[in-house]
Amino acid sequence: MSGRATVAARPARRRADDGVVAAGVPRWAFVPAVLGGLLVLLPLVAMATRVDWSSFWALVTSGSARTALALSLRTAAASTLACLVLGIPMALVLARCRFRGLGVLRSLVLLPLVVPPVVGGIALLYTFGRRGLLGETLEVAGLQVAFSTTAVVLAQTFVALPFLVVSLEGALRTAGGRYDAVAASLGARPTTVLRRVTLPLVWPGLLSGAVLSFARALGEFGATITFAGSLQGTTRTLPLEIYLQRETDPDAAVALSLLLVVVAVAVIGLTYRARQHGGERGGTP
Amino acid sequence: MTLAFAATLPGRGYDVELELAAGRTLALLGPNGAGKSTTLGLAAGTLRPRDGHVTLDGRTLVRATAGRVRAWVPAHDRSVALLAQDPLLFPHLSVRHNVAFGPRSQGRGRRDAARLADEWLGRTGLTPLADRRPATLSGGQAQRVAVARALAARPRLLLLDEPLAALDVDVAPALRQTLRGLLAGRTAVVTTHDVLDALVLADEIAVVEHGRVVERGTTAEVLTRPRSAFAARIAGLNLLTGTWGPDGLVTPAGEVVHGHGTPGGAGIRAGAPATAVFRPSAVSVYLAPHAGSPRNTFRGRVETLEPHGDLVRVRTGHLAADVTPRSVADLALTPGTEVWLSVKAAEVDVYPG
Repeated sequence: MSGRATVAARPARRRADDGVVAAGVPRWAFVPAVLGGLLVLLPLVAMATRVDWSSFWALVTSGSARTALALSLRTAAASTLACLVLGIPMALVLARCRFRGLGVLRSLVLLPLVVPPVVGGIALLYTFGRRGLLGETLEVAGLQVAFSTTAVVLAQTFVALPFLVVSLEGALRTAGGRYDAVAASLGARPTTVLRRVTLPLVWPGLLSGAVLSFARALGEFGATITFAGSLQGTTRTLPLEIYLQRETDPDAAVALSLLLVVVAVAVIGLTYRARQHGGERGGTP
Repeated sequence: MTLAFAATLPGRGYDVELELAAGRTLALLGPNGAGKSTTLGLAAGTLRPRDGHVTLDGRTLVRATAGRVRAWVPAHDRSVALLAQDPLLFPHLSVRHNVAFGPRSQGRGRRDAARLADEWLGRTGLTPLADRRPATLSGGQAQRVAVARALAARPRLLLLDEPLAALDVDVAPALRQTLRGLLAGRTAVVTTHDVLDALVLADEIAVVEHGRVVERGTTAEVLTRPRSAFAARIAGLNLLTGTWGPDGLVTPAGEVVHGHGTPGGAGIRAGAPATAVFRPSAVSVYLAPHAGSPRNTFRGRVETLEPHGDLVRVRTGHLAADVTPRSVADLALTPGTEVWLSVKAAEVDVYPG
């Protein structure tokens, strides 16, 4: 058992010289595998070659760029938090409960993954917009959601939520309910079980779900521009700024794009380290 | 009556009624899928019955009629601790924090819970392991921690689901002895298909087959005078059932079994159900009918030969005989050989029921 846990927790420790021969990988598989890798990496390299390094620093630290980056980080962080608050209970219900219509519900939750973000933005507009389903009520209450920073966070949460729910639900199913049952039999209330047993056990899945959500929120464009518009400092996040700059200053667009890639890579790298650390503490079951 | 249990789950073909007095340990014996774990799940609160009730120390834990739950105490509020075949130690907590989990969850302070945990670790001989992670423990150590964790939660009822089944044969006996000491005077239900567990741990036995209790009694009664085929097999006995006739027990196949000390009618009426048991070691194997002293002879065909200590256990359709390897060679026994099994009447115990 301990051997299995060690291997599962430290995939990075597998070395080329550990003597394990991979079965079930036909030689031809390397061709599409490499092509796929190139499809992802080559455009990034191409973009990097177009960066005007002499003006790079000035471009990424310009007032509008800094404002957009700060807004992006702030809204992405807020929507990740919203995803956690809403998504953890959703994943819990989907993974643990049994009731009629659960399958349909699960498919509906995944809808934002397949609906084009622009469509999502329009849908949000008709919900929270001034003449939307809830918008009028909110307006009476003195709240105007559309074309505000709140709208950015809502749009990002809408598109990012399924990433958290899917990866956490999978982790919960893999962990199973046996530890929960034991914890309950020891006298732990459901909330205590969730906090002290269930979530620590699925910590890696929760972390990668949160990172995916953050990354998706950071890159959100379609729903944001439709639902929140592009007001500098309020709703113009970095992707919107890049799109805008592309019309007037392609060099700035490329420089900001690279910045966005660097931020994304940094987030993924940090998470990977945190995950490994978690694994070494024995955080994975 | 500490534990009163009656539950049906038609979907699983389950209909069991059990009662257990305070401080007693009950072994649930039965083949896989018989409904032993279902019983534990119903008592622990991970399953709900369609019909029935579970009462512990006068407190109703669940009551249901026709699928409608009238009363329900959730698992965490039952004071029923569950110890499974796998230790299921929380992998992210140290041994001490695993054991302290119960007291902590029940509202005790951090320090108080840790002190209680250390106390239990001391009683189970685990003090040196207190700061270890579960992943670094051996299977036997981990199960020992799981026992300490379950008891530290101070359950009114302890459920043990095949607690020794996953352990190596060389560590199971030590833990079995520890459990014996810890279960003394405690109300507990242990499922097992190992006769040793029942002998060492349990005061009483209930044999469960196909979702029904087919036999119930004290450990001594069930293992010496079994009434079900499963209990006989687990006790290592041959069992024949039939009705009482003028010369002894008559099996449905028409064989007559003569027994020792058969109280020639002492309370047994002709035609009443009766059971005969005898040890495989009392059975001799011949290739032809054997004449001689008052013996019972059964015809059969060898089905399996398996090692049994220094002897070989020869199984025919419904009986077993223990013979020396030399006899097996002399008689050239192989699966399919036609044999006559013979046992002296003095070795056969016949009783009503």
